[in-house]
Amino acid sequence: MAGDLNTLTLHEAEERLARGACSSVELVQDLLGAIRERDGLIGGYLAVNEEDALKQARAADAARARGRRGALLGLPVAIKDVLNIRGEPCTCASRILRGYVSSYDATVVARLRAAGAILLGRTNMDEFAMGSSTEHSAYQLTRNPWNPDRVPGGSSGGSAAVVAADEALAALGSDTGGSIRQPAAFCGCVGLKPTYGRVSRYGLTAFASSLDQVGPMTKDVRDAARLLKVIAGRDPMDSTSLDEPVPDYESFFAEDLSGVCLGLPQEYFVGGLDTEVEKAVQEAIRLCEKLGARIVEIRLPHTRYAIATYYIIATAEASANLARFDGVRYGYRAADPRDPMDLYTRTRAEGFGAEVKRRIIFGAYVLSSGYYDAYYACAQKVRTLIRRDFHAAFERCDAILTPVTPTAAYRIGEKTANPLQMYLGDVFTVPTNLAGICGLAVPCGFTGEGLPIGLQVLGPAMGEPQILRVGYAYERAAGWGRRKPWRSGGAGPAKEAP
Amino acid sequence: MSRYEYTIGLETHVQLKTRSKMFCSCGTDFGAPPNTQVCPVCLGYPGAMPVMNMEAIRLTVLTGLMLNARISGYSKFDRKNYFYPDMPKNYQISQYDRPLCEGGFVEVDVGGRLKTVGITRIHLEEDVGKNLHFGVCSGVDFNRAGVPLMEIVSEPQLASPEEALAYLLALKQILLYAGVSDCNLEEGNLRCDVNCSVRPAGHPALGTKTEIKNLNTFKGVQAALSHELQRQVEVLERGGRIEQETRRWDPDLEETVSMRTKEDAHDYRYFPEPDLMPVALDRALVEQWAATLPELPRRKRERFMAQYGLPEYDARVLAADKGLSEYFEAAAAASRNPKGVSNWVMTEMRRRLAEKDAGLEAARITPEAMAELVALVDEGVLNSNSAKEVFLELFERGGHPREIVEVRGLAQVSDVKAMEALVERVIAEHSKSVDDYRKGKTAALKFLVGQIMRLSQGRANPQLAAEQLERRLRAEPPSAL
Repeated sequence: MAGDLNTLTLHEAEERLARGACSSVELVQDLLGAIRERDGLIGGYLAVNEEDALKQARAADAARARGRRGALLGLPVAIKDVLNIRGEPCTCASRILRGYVSSYDATVVARLRAAGAILLGRTNMDEFAMGSSTEHSAYQLTRNPWNPDRVPGGSSGGSAAVVAADEALAALGSDTGGSIRQPAAFCGCVGLKPTYGRVSRYGLTAFASSLDQVGPMTKDVRDAARLLKVIAGRDPMDSTSLDEPVPDYESFFAEDLSGVCLGLPQEYFVGGLDTEVEKAVQEAIRLCEKLGARIVEIRLPHTRYAIATYYIIATAEASANLARFDGVRYGYRAADPRDPMDLYTRTRAEGFGAEVKRRIIFGAYVLSSGYYDAYYACAQKVRTLIRRDFHAAFERCDAILTPVTPTAAYRIGEKTANPLQMYLGDVFTVPTNLAGICGLAVPCGFTGEGLPIGLQVLGPAMGEPQILRVGYAYERAAGWGRRKPWRSGGAGPAKEAP
Repeated sequence: MSRYEYTIGLETHVQLKTRSKMFCSCGTDFGAPPNTQVCPVCLGYPGAMPVMNMEAIRLTVLTGLMLNARISGYSKFDRKNYFYPDMPKNYQISQYDRPLCEGGFVEVDVGGRLKTVGITRIHLEEDVGKNLHFGVCSGVDFNRAGVPLMEIVSEPQLASPEEALAYLLALKQILLYAGVSDCNLEEGNLRCDVNCSVRPAGHPALGTKTEIKNLNTFKGVQAALSHELQRQVEVLERGGRIEQETRRWDPDLEETVSMRTKEDAHDYRYFPEPDLMPVALDRALVEQWAATLPELPRRKRERFMAQYGLPEYDARVLAADKGLSEYFEAAAAASRNPKGVSNWVMTEMRRRLAEKDAGLEAARITPEAMAELVALVDEGVLNSNSAKEVFLELFERGGHPREIVEVRGLAQVSDVKAMEALVERVIAEHSKSVDDYRKGKTAALKFLVGQIMRLSQGRANPQLAAEQLERRLRAEPPSAL
């Protein structure tokens, strides 16, 4: 299978490295080959560290030969370009960070390094993680590997696309309102948004600090469990990180779901849900039942306020988080400013894209005096109600099953003209972030046009063991992961399912 | 002047004495080369996050306790949003509606009268950097950015620039006492924003206030207030109206200059800082901190009066200075005459230190030596002149008083026989004065005692000398008559 090592999962590659069936250098070479072949079309990477990745691979092979072991020793991982990597740019897909070079490693990056991982490259995204299609990147378009006319989702669209197209074994993404799970669903891979505080945010360029989480984007559930174990845990540099032990998530895996109770929120199966998506999710639910799970109906009555609440809180926090990009210390600076005000206004006018500006203005508005109580303060109260909804629901079940998105991947350009339409696509994912709980996206089928559909498994705070267990058992029984968008050696994405 | 009443409130920013910054581990040394005490956190780099400095919390709580304030069991931090080049994140992490301490008061000495000034709140925030201008371009030094800054807000209860100054002096004394700040004005450890208004005397409603920002000397506060209040009075006298605005003190022009009016006031868009957890202080911890607090000057003053029998003046002067009061207590503990000790500390000690413009550490005299010196005087071994000589030696070089007395032969001549010889000699040498005395000029006796002191090189016990002289002169009638 030489030449095809890029199609492996992390754990398959690890197993081969361990028994000497391949080297880390070969692994990187095959990935670089796939990137050269496809990424011109897909556009998932903003930068690939060819030489450096090979150097890291040689070092990993040598270390392994000396007897060193590490959870990810010699395994390449792609990084969403919102995470700081020492000595490399971190553009957040924005013009305003052009020229900025990180002086430090994000905690998750440091943990990947410590586990022996190779940093393969930086992936494209919506500017500052604001968007659901990766069309808001200041640098390039990323295409869905299953159909290049479709968006890969967002904002971690680059990470999802390179994993789906076998240009990476796995990637890190970030999720503020669905930015890991939605692109994972659109591209047919696995995406995990951990519990708020489970993974350190230090070094993750902040969009909305009370909602952001870093998480794995992988080819299967076992890889997600494995990556999470490496990046999770208390970090003294992030006061909001939780001081809880990190379990061996794979130890919770089982082939069936006996003893597991799964909740179905009636508010998530209503109008606006695409019939093909609904059918695929219903079939997934039936399969879980067949695997031994008990299914119960639950209520999440405040779901309909989630989008409004989310866009108030997220933009309010963003308006402050993005204030630091002013041309004074780093990044893009407007030419020949007359005075500080001129420096700010032109740097930010020229440096930010339209969607980012829209959200900064929106966020400043909801915080301004006279409007604060009506918007921001009210949204915080509703957020508490949404959190209580989930709290009550998890009294009755171990995990909740929902679709990830109302539809499969839409056409490039289809929703850019109507931001509100695009925001509404986040309806199933934003409540998770508002409640601070964890959520997993797992492939659960395809539309008639061959576009992937995602099943969302939600768990309570620190409920990663149970959602990963559900995801693993379902994935194993359903077998959707064996389908690939790219025919090895072929000229492009497969038009028909093999 | 008396036709108007003044209302003044102060916001005092105090740089806390912590080794590291408020939200990162960078140092806080003053005067380091620009941008050498910085990191991704205090430079506001993408992805960097703040982590609370618990020492800053502790120092703020100590201040609250010293100022009789309520310590909040639940407190939180907020983002204050505005753009300025010296502010790395373009928001300042501060405290909006849940400060660490609320309520409280400080006793202020206004020309010998005690006035109680209310404290509204004490909160914690981060300092900003410093803008530097070099003609064609500007730079920012971020060394100070993120240094912990405590803001003490007074009630608008100060009625004159002199009261404002007295309030600041009292505050400084307490901050030094608690060891929460070096209060070094040259290094910008204390900075004030003042709010003030005037109204016709007896008028029920307060006048429109103006705010003067960023005053960094006590003199500046007093001068700025004097000029601003005067300006407001003049505006009213002319029949004008006071604009609510922010002004700046120009020390060269000696006037306040308008910076911005209410119309372009900032909307800071405060909201809770999501990168920090709220601060929950449990009672036990606060009590543990409280146990480390030093005695307040006011309480110490009262105790000095009761315990050592000091007059109020002495007690006040000593209690006002932490080091001096501690020195006094150590010496008083070793002495049977605390008032005697107090006299030495209050006069000679403070004079010598003032001459040297030095702190207590410049004095080599130990509290034990001080106590012994007082004892030597009380025992009659040293007269006051010799005692001063011994003090000076002790002050400059240290040592043991009794040894110095011995080595220098400074012991008083209190021996009757030796004194007789001196008396005879003086009478023989100054017959004119002897005659004067006998004619009833009592002042002549003082001169003769002085001559005995001179002959004895100051070692004669002046009291004994006067007694013996008197007895001798009365005993022998004038021979010449």
